Amino acid sequence: MKRLDPGVTQKIVRGILVSFTALTVSILVFIITYVLLKGLPVLGWEFLTKGAVDAGTSGGIFPFIVSTVFITVVALAIATPLGVGTAIYLTEYTRETIVTKVVRFAAECLAGIPSIILGLFGFITFVLFLKLGWSILSGALTLAIMILPTIIRTSEEAIISVPQNQRDVSTSLGGTRWQTVTRVVLPSALPGIVTGIMLSVGRCIGETAAVIFTAGSALPTPTSVFASGRTLAVHFYILATETDAFGMAYGTAAVLIIAILTINVMAYWMMHRIMRKFS
Amino acid sequence: MSEDGRVNSEAAAQENAATGSRNKIVVQDFGFTYQDGIVALDNINLSVARNEILGIMGPARSGKSTLLRSINRMADAIPGVVRKGSISLDGEDIYADEVAPDDLRRRVGMVFDVPVPLPRSIYDNVAYGPRLQGIRDRKKLDELVEFGLRSAILWDEVKDRLDTSGLRLSGGQQQRLCIARTLALDPEVILLDEPCSGLDPISTLKIEEALSELKSKYTIILVTNNTKQAARVSDKTAYFLMGELVEYGKTKQIFTVPRDRRTDDYISGRFG
Repeated sequence: MKRLDPGVTQKIVRGILVSFTALTVSILVFIITYVLLKGLPVLGWEFLTKGAVDAGTSGGIFPFIVSTVFITVVALAIATPLGVGTAIYLTEYTRETIVTKVVRFAAECLAGIPSIILGLFGFITFVLFLKLGWSILSGALTLAIMILPTIIRTSEEAIISVPQNQRDVSTSLGGTRWQTVTRVVLPSALPGIVTGIMLSVGRCIGETAAVIFTAGSALPTPTSVFASGRTLAVHFYILATETDAFGMAYGTAAVLIIAILTINVMAYWMMHRIMRKFS
Repeated sequence: MSEDGRVNSEAAAQENAATGSRNKIVVQDFGFTYQDGIVALDNINLSVARNEILGIMGPARSGKSTLLRSINRMADAIPGVVRKGSISLDGEDIYADEVAPDDLRRRVGMVFDVPVPLPRSIYDNVAYGPRLQGIRDRKKLDELVEFGLRSAILWDEVKDRLDTSGLRLSGGQQQRLCIARTLALDPEVILLDEPCSGLDPISTLKIEEALSELKSKYTIILVTNNTKQAARVSDKTAYFLMGELVEYGKTKQIFTVPRDRRTDDYISGRFG
């Protein structure tokens, strides 16, 4: 068989790779435009600021926006210190031993658990056993477990990538380990850590299975962590599966997508500013 | 070289009268073995007098950096190392239980082979050490920053842009910034680990000038793989080879009439 001319191969490969990339981008663009085209007409001041009417088939989604923000903030408030703390311990305070390997492996396994199973676990543990009921707190605890591996992993990677010689400088100037961590390691690792947190925010906002079992689907605006609340994603799920209010469902989906895009853009902008400040 | 001149011995005599000892640092029968069994240092004996520069030269893996990192206990952090003998500062064993490594490192500053400015402003780099000490007073910090930068002969070059990033400086300026950062803690001893290894001749000259001035206030140990630098700057010189202290004495003597054949080979460029 005659060998293809390398120049031709080059052109073919290039063509294939370009079309793969184009396909990936076009899927993303298609989903976003489709949802926005269907959803944007529904969006309006009323939709964003009013409560639900007729089990959410008309009226607004204000209570669900509040629930989503509330549950995400509480979940992050629980998972961030735990995750970043674990990452600091694993990277700065221990040497690589069998124990750290087991901890890391456990975190990986935790990351692989389907969210519906976490939802069931949250239901049994937080809702029933700890008697927290269907509440923002139960939902947030479950989400915290779900995002913990991501936060540990990204923080660990960010911390490891801080050059060792910066730690040496701090130590040589009389810095204790904790001073070195807080003044040298964490500031340099911050962009990576924040990226992990932002990824987690996206997952929290979009999650349904883990939340529907634990935070419930109550329609009113939650006023405390012990109140039940319906997140945007749960609302969308219920509208799409149990009602024929598709306009409302797409409106909710549009809000979700805009929120996630905004968070990503803001995260990128923030990182850019922080990086500029440090270099 | 007139490094063993009158000024130095007068200062030393005064110190003698005050403390009963002329030596700032005494290393006795010191040995250091890494976890994998590699003997980095064996049976090292030397001393450094106050306001004196000791130059340590030797090829790669001769143990010079290990000795330096043992004097400020940075080598402690490496797991599984075995230490023999003792090192004392002002007659006190630095490995005694009651000595906290953090406190020791404030008295024994260190400058590394690669300049490592922290990713922050020139001012914040120099103020890093004092701030670790809990100094918050702006005026006091201003003074220490100026003192450090002036002593490292960098002040005139950066005084108008103290808030720009330390990373924007040239290599030679970065290394002097690192020296300034160490000096802002007003240490007693300064350890320098091949501080000019990546620098051009003019930057090197500036650092050597700074060192000659600093000698009047500090005790300095300078590790260098540049024999000419040792000859230019140091009062005493030690030659290390494979963890052994081959020769140690007055710089003048080492470079004119070395006692050991291996030293002669090294300084005349037949080896290393």
